[in-house]
Amino acid sequence: MIELVKNTKIDFMGLKKYAFSLSAILVILGIVGTVQIYRGKANLGIDLAGGTSIQLKFQKPFSMDEIRSLLAKAGHGEATLQEVSGENILLVKLRASGKQDEKMVAEPMVNLLRQSLPGNPFVVESISEIGPAIGHKLRQDAALAMLVSALAIISYLAWRFEFKFGVAAAIATFHDIFAMVGIFWILRIEKDLLFITALLTIGGYSLTDTVVVFDRIRENIRLRKKGTFSETINLSVNEVLSRTIVTSLTVFIAVVTLLVFGGIVLHNFALALAIGIVIGTYSSIFVASPVVALWRGEKMTEVKR
Amino acid sequence: MWKSINGRITLIAVLTAVSIIVLVPSLTDRVPAGWKDRVPKINLGLDLQGGVFLRLAVEIDKAIENTSMRYADDARAVCREKALPVLAFQKAGDGGFSLRFPPGDFASRAQAILKEEFPSLDVALGEVKADGATVIARMKPAEIQAIRTNAVVQGVETIRNRIDQFGVREPQIIAEGEDRIVVQLPGVKDQQRAIELVGKTALLEFKLVDDGASVEEALKGNVPEDAQVLYQKSVDPQSGRATKTPMVVKKRALLTGDTIKTAKVNFGNQAGGAHVSLSFDTRGAKVFDRVTAENVKRRLAIVLDDTIYSAPVIQERISGGEAQITGSFTPEEATDLAIVLRAGSLPAPVKVIQNVSIGPSLGLDSIQKGVRAALIGALLVVVFMAFYYKFAGMVADFALIFNILFLLSGMAAFSATLTLPGIAGIILAIGMAVDSNVLIFERIREEIRAKKTIRAAIDAGYDKAFWTVVDSHVTTLITALILFQFGTGPIKGFAVTLSMGVAINLFTALVCTKVVFDYLNAKKPMQALGI
Repeated sequence: MIELVKNTKIDFMGLKKYAFSLSAILVILGIVGTVQIYRGKANLGIDLAGGTSIQLKFQKPFSMDEIRSLLAKAGHGEATLQEVSGENILLVKLRASGKQDEKMVAEPMVNLLRQSLPGNPFVVESISEIGPAIGHKLRQDAALAMLVSALAIISYLAWRFEFKFGVAAAIATFHDIFAMVGIFWILRIEKDLLFITALLTIGGYSLTDTVVVFDRIRENIRLRKKGTFSETINLSVNEVLSRTIVTSLTVFIAVVTLLVFGGIVLHNFALALAIGIVIGTYSSIFVASPVVALWRGEKMTEVKR
Repeated sequence: MWKSINGRITLIAVLTAVSIIVLVPSLTDRVPAGWKDRVPKINLGLDLQGGVFLRLAVEIDKAIENTSMRYADDARAVCREKALPVLAFQKAGDGGFSLRFPPGDFASRAQAILKEEFPSLDVALGEVKADGATVIARMKPAEIQAIRTNAVVQGVETIRNRIDQFGVREPQIIAEGEDRIVVQLPGVKDQQRAIELVGKTALLEFKLVDDGASVEEALKGNVPEDAQVLYQKSVDPQSGRATKTPMVVKKRALLTGDTIKTAKVNFGNQAGGAHVSLSFDTRGAKVFDRVTAENVKRRLAIVLDDTIYSAPVIQERISGGEAQITGSFTPEEATDLAIVLRAGSLPAPVKVIQNVSIGPSLGLDSIQKGVRAALIGALLVVVFMAFYYKFAGMVADFALIFNILFLLSGMAAFSATLTLPGIAGIILAIGMAVDSNVLIFERIREEIRAKKTIRAAIDAGYDKAFWTVVDSHVTTLITALILFQFGTGPIKGFAVTLSMGVAINLFTALVCTKVVFDYLNAKKPMQALGI
């Protein structure tokens, strides 16, 4: 048998001081980030903020400065330009200024570049223009989706486990989501609809690990009548540590492949998933069970099935 | 024992055969037509095959106002006929307008006449002052509601007509809510042209040029009350420079595009460019005949969406019901103009509020990168499992192959749409698929350590890990289903592949692997297990 971890006796409950401090920092960052997202100040993607994004593939290398000054002359000085090195790809992003009656700008912008750069023809790989009303609706939908899934997951867990376990798992899930938002906010990575998708996906996935631990705690409470609840948690987490790590590892392998080979469109999505898997694994070990212990006390009352 | 094993093997074999039959036409075109046509296929999303997604806001208020202004023009014409002098005219909002008449019984007479002439208007007498009285006319609520509904329903119909004539495979044009239209045009290469074709109002009007008014005065703001300034755009074929020439035309349209029977493109007229020939229906032909007869030697402007295309002098009465629109058209422009004229005008102008256009090259690139990432991801997971769990890991790999096969054929069976995030969902599902087996195998290891026989350890492992596996699937499924409910196109694709992958995994990870162990044990109880 190859075993990554073997017969560990780590005192996870003893480490909860450090774990809770780290988690508190991550969650606070995440809450600040969420507020900033809500205020529209957190580097939102075009699909959430409204605006225009254009991807052009030129035949030859181009000068960013030339294009910047061309766009500035046309009144788009606030556009952000990004170059995909080696592929002659230009990304132009222009956030909506928030005025309600905004005109679509992609077509005139493309025509302007075509006329001004006759020596370097390009193909339009993609155009995405989203009016402010749509951006607003998508933000609302995203918020609603988060809320509904949180409720659905809590209900499921409350039904499968006892209520306190359900709430603890939900706390761990929110911890994961806030931590991801916090990290993305601090790193100033663009947050778009795919990022929201990653948040929800991780919310669902990280529960898997938590459920594995909870299942074992429940079983051990039934089997062991002596000892404290904290001891039972430590024993259970140690017992399932290897599967917690291996299950996360297989998914992590898949996601990292996506990060490396999936191309520019999926890059941030894969990054969010990768970070989320690490956080989710950490939280199912260090956050979910200690929260149950704090709440439930040290009595070894049996958990209802 | 054997009965159950054989039953399960038969089930897996049948499922595999059906899956292959369903899936193959989605992967390759080189299959007989009889097979290909009878089997549903995986659709590619816009982000993978290229195309245009448009969300249009129908400007219903403008449609209401336009209709109201047409009523106003007609009402003033009626007043002129009946010698009722209109002193002033004003818009009144909510599809209404007011007319002011001099003192006397003019206003009350006008009210009576207008009431009779226009049954769809509520006509009321306004305040009476020393210097005159007003009549306020407003469209009836039922009329406004009809315009509202018609604007979207008719808009969808008109856009569909245009797209059908333009030639797009499997377009989707649907109304969304009360005032939106969503248009999806997969595979369209000339995207700007498609957007223009969809978004053009295409209101064609024939209006007389007001020879009595001076253009200079009109540009200063002194436009006669019944006239307006419109521009004629022309492009110099040599330099490609566009010029705009102002013209004063009568506001009232003598004839509109809804009387057009057909519109055709003709090439090679005197100027060598393309032009569009129209033929009117019977009613249109009659009106056109009368209009041309009454206005010989005057100029008739042909106006499309408030831009003058040409303003020829009427040389003689035209009774055949045919007309031509000339201008400096490219062949594509002429073709598209003919299409929009045949399909008719949109009942209300539309505004593009969301436009996602993906070029075909980017789509192809995305497919290649996505498929490559999926293959590499699957390979790495397979190698890891075989390395970490030895023989048992290979059994899990074997089940993973079925998982991917059933997932893809399931997508084909439901004609599901595969998007780029959908490919990401498949990769994620591959990573999660082996998790169920990890949970089972770790449990089996514990049982083996507890000195059970291999066979008992396997049975106990599957048994005890079962609920944990189900729990982990359900939580992922919950979020995937919510993503499906709230997500837009590409993200729906992610939710579809992830949820189907996870659901199918319950079968492959539990049944397909267990049957291998059961088969080996039934032949001869296993003494050792590489795990």
